[in-house]
Amino acid sequence: MALGKLLRTTAFRLTLVYLALFVLFAASLLAYLALNTRRLITEQITTTIQGEIRGLTEQYDQGGLRRLVTSVELRSRRPGSSLYLVTTPSGEGLAGNVAALQPGALSHSGWLETSYRRFDSPEGVDRSALVEIVQLGGFRLLVGRDLEERERLYGIITNAGRWSFALVVVLGVAGGFFVSRRVLSRIDAMTGTAQTIMAGDLSGRLPVAGTGDELDRLADNVNAMLDRIVALMRGLSEVSDNIAHDLKTPLTRLRNRCEEALRGSSSDMDYRAALESTIEESDELIRTFDALLMIARAESGHARDNMTEFDAAQIVRDVSELYEPLAEEKGLALKVDASMAAPLRGNRELVSQALANLVDNAIKYAAPDAKLNGHPAEILVKAGNAGERITLTVEDRGPGIPEADRGRVVERFVRLEKSRSEPGSGLGLSLVSAVARLHGGELKLEDNHPGLRSVIALPRAGPVGSG
Amino acid sequence: MRLLIIEDDRDATEYLVKAFREVGHVADQAADGEEGQALALDGQYDVLIVDRMLPKRDGLSIIATLRANSVETPVLILSALGQVDDRVKGLRSGGDDYLSKPYAFSELLARVEALARRRGSRGEETVYRVADLELNRLSHEVSRAGQELQLQPREFRLLEYLMRHAGQVVTRTMLLENVWDYHFDPQTNVIDVHISRLRSKIDKGFTQPLLHTVRGAGYMIREGAR
Repeated sequence: MALGKLLRTTAFRLTLVYLALFVLFAASLLAYLALNTRRLITEQITTTIQGEIRGLTEQYDQGGLRRLVTSVELRSRRPGSSLYLVTTPSGEGLAGNVAALQPGALSHSGWLETSYRRFDSPEGVDRSALVEIVQLGGFRLLVGRDLEERERLYGIITNAGRWSFALVVVLGVAGGFFVSRRVLSRIDAMTGTAQTIMAGDLSGRLPVAGTGDELDRLADNVNAMLDRIVALMRGLSEVSDNIAHDLKTPLTRLRNRCEEALRGSSSDMDYRAALESTIEESDELIRTFDALLMIARAESGHARDNMTEFDAAQIVRDVSELYEPLAEEKGLALKVDASMAAPLRGNRELVSQALANLVDNAIKYAAPDAKLNGHPAEILVKAGNAGERITLTVEDRGPGIPEADRGRVVERFVRLEKSRSEPGSGLGLSLVSAVARLHGGELKLEDNHPGLRSVIALPRAGPVGSG
Repeated sequence: MRLLIIEDDRDATEYLVKAFREVGHVADQAADGEEGQALALDGQYDVLIVDRMLPKRDGLSIIATLRANSVETPVLILSALGQVDDRVKGLRSGGDDYLSKPYAFSELLARVEALARRRGSRGEETVYRVADLELNRLSHEVSRAGQELQLQPREFRLLEYLMRHAGQVVTRTMLLENVWDYHFDPQTNVIDVHISRLRSKIDKGFTQPLLHTVRGAGYMIREGAR
């Protein structure tokens, strides 16, 4: 239900809380005002009565009862006069404007709130008054003031309180409705967009009102996040397209070979040969999968668990030692320059494999040229330790990589035309690049004039200057 | 040799049992972790082949239980998790060797035989001898027919590993792991070149070759042709 939804919104709940607080505040303000006004009026009345009694007592002291009675009669006739009554000790009225009092009121002395009736007001209409009764030589003098004014003022204030309360509640609730409706409509728009996005349409973006408020900022950020996700998704789908394509090719080859063996000859020798090449082909596929998994691993950062400190120069020496006989066999001279220690923190196995891939590539691509020239071309494997960076460099004198292709060759399965005839999966440099990034570094491919210089640049371990 | 294969993939197990029988080994099978552990605890096996992910009990915890009960049967862990970290974890928890799926049977066989032989191992011997080839592990001297041979340090370690497993097939990956301590697969077969260098040093000029290539599997040092 729309109303129920509205009542559940944060904006509306906040409105209610503020409303309650405001009502409480207003009520206490009004109550304070009312009570103080009442006290002030009472004080004023008291002062007036005391003044009158003082005056009348003086009259009595100077001229006795007669003067008092005259004075009272005189004052009683003034418009808006106070209440006066002079009685004998037994309670008979001698002078004044009070016709009746609350029974027993006269036996009292001092301050008293009582109901009364004037001579000039109609029978049965009793009003309340604040009176003081004093003894004057056996006679009693009562002076009082009507309390109607005080009660009226008090009433006005309480009334104002009631009305403003109602007004605050009505305005507050209406305002709450309005604000939450506004917010809700924007949130609803956002939710709607989010739902279409979740349904698979990544092109949707949250509406931005342009007011620059917090909802706009939220929408802006979510939109930026969506842009990033779209970019990542595009990259991912490209990769999986490539993977599907590049795995399909060898699988097709595998299948064709089996089919051909079944269709064609029938000698044991032929079957054996077909099966052996099938196994070789599947081993190649497995190798490709392993490489893909390893790249994924390096990219996801899982391999960070196995970080240790080691000397990159040692890696350079070990890997070169592993490949040196192969290079020699191919007519290449593999030279090592790793005299200085190069402390590195990372996954030793992955760094070794990355360097092995570079050396492997260098041998693979530089070898044909070396044979052509007739003299051994050189492959130089170096460990460098310059400033903040540790570098593992492989330099060859092969054909190199054209500058335009250098960015592309690190992508998965990318193989340049010239290299398609060589065995390989097109994943070697992708792994090197992923390993470099895992360690917070990068793979740089440069021109070696002629040939290729591949540099794995990684941040060094420990404080600069040590080791 | 008696083997126990703890693996929940029945097809794979059947295939292994059959393949081991063909080369003259007896293999029992268990399809889940609990059964496998019970068999391993009381049976007398030469090598256990344990899959890492099993129903009821995982492979690593079986190994832990065995070792806690002083059952020191060598264990080869089989796993679809083939990354370096998984391997390290597997070996750290008491496995003796680690092979990731998919694998070649020849590789598994070579490793299982190496593990079985390790028990009555010649690891403690100071001098390895195969025919007239001698390798002294302390003085690092190698000689053939009394003639001293000059080997590079890595060639020495390569020969040492081959001679420790004399008469057994040693695969390229075993060499890469044990002699070079690398667990990745180099794209080119660098090991072959190292072997042929070694071969030229120990076999050249002698009528009887000792370092043999076993087709489709690896290498072996042994006396005389089979």
